[in-house]
Amino acid sequence: MKYIDPHIHMVSRTTDDYQRMAQSGCIAVTEPAFWAGFDRSSAQGFHDYFRQLTEYEPRRASLFGIRHFTWLCINPKEADDPAFAREVVALIPEFLKCDTVLGIGEIGLNKNTKNELIILEEQIRLAEEHHQLILVHTPHLEDKRKGTRLIMDALSASRIDPGRILIDHVEEHTVADVLDRGFWAGMTLYPDTKMTPQRAADVIEMYGSERIWMNSAGDWGCSDPLAVPKARLEMRRRGHSLQLIDRVTLDNPRTFLSQSPKFRLDMEQ
Amino acid sequence: MKDVKQTCPMTREQIVGQYFLEHRARLLDIAAFLDRLDRAAASAAPDFRELALLEALRIVADGGPHRTARVLNLLSDLTTEMPQSAHGMKGALGAVKPAAGAAT
Repeated sequence: MKYIDPHIHMVSRTTDDYQRMAQSGCIAVTEPAFWAGFDRSSAQGFHDYFRQLTEYEPRRASLFGIRHFTWLCINPKEADDPAFAREVVALIPEFLKCDTVLGIGEIGLNKNTKNELIILEEQIRLAEEHHQLILVHTPHLEDKRKGTRLIMDALSASRIDPGRILIDHVEEHTVADVLDRGFWAGMTLYPDTKMTPQRAADVIEMYGSERIWMNSAGDWGCSDPLAVPKARLEMRRRGHSLQLIDRVTLDNPRTFLSQSPKFRLDMEQ
Repeated sequence: MKDVKQTCPMTREQIVGQYFLEHRARLLDIAAFLDRLDRAAASAAPDFRELALLEALRIVADGGPHRTARVLNLLSDLTTEMPQSAHGMKGALGAVKPAAGAAT
């Protein structure tokens, strides 16, 4: 069994987690830049973080046979100060040359503010100018439905093919809109605030397996880096075919991510 | 919403057999949470989240389709206004807080 966890924050996880993920069949992860639980005080803090994502984590993952790719941005929780956010965004182009950077992400909205939207639009333009894939963070809880619609409107105003954009953290009230507008959809399996493996399997049953993946978004909060293999088991328990399970946990991520020429896997490993 | 009848590969009997106990436990958790609220010192008015949860339970029990999406919509901000800044409101609460002075 092999799978890809296409959204996990390994900087917040221990090396033991890499080992357990490898033992569970993980062959690749992609790690979007995100909020560290506190606001960084300078753009230099982000420069260090981007180096960690592009230099250190790929080496740590490789010790367990896992390929590590990343996405760069200023996340929406730290993007509410446009002047500060622009200092960070200005750092990104030099890192886009790195071999493991797949695109811009996870960009989006947090509290659906005008300031956040300004920086979201500027980062969409950055992706467009540099022909990058986009990974989108949608807001949590009561802000998700409104934020998802605002984000999709901002993305649709660009010239980026929606097939090159994945909108993450979808739930039952947003997944249909995301898929209907041509975007890819990501389901985040999280013990408390997002979706369980059971609900993710329900969504696959209701909305199909086209342009959809699942991920753990494992981070510093209560989260589970083995959430994807647990969802595979849940689908297996229900009697779904191995072909369908592989499709949503391996083939679909590979199809979307392979739109970046930097995404390469040795499937014989 | 999409018609999703007969999209689960399991029979109703199989679903009950596989999932009843864990959902029985979750239901009891909700009941215990409401009991805990009853045992707490009274406040001037129920918290908006408590009221939202009770309203969500009505949806859960109404027998209609797409309960999950309808509960999520009930707990969603349906306004279109955008504040300029998120200053002082980074987190989310899980239900929509009524504007000051609004009826709950």
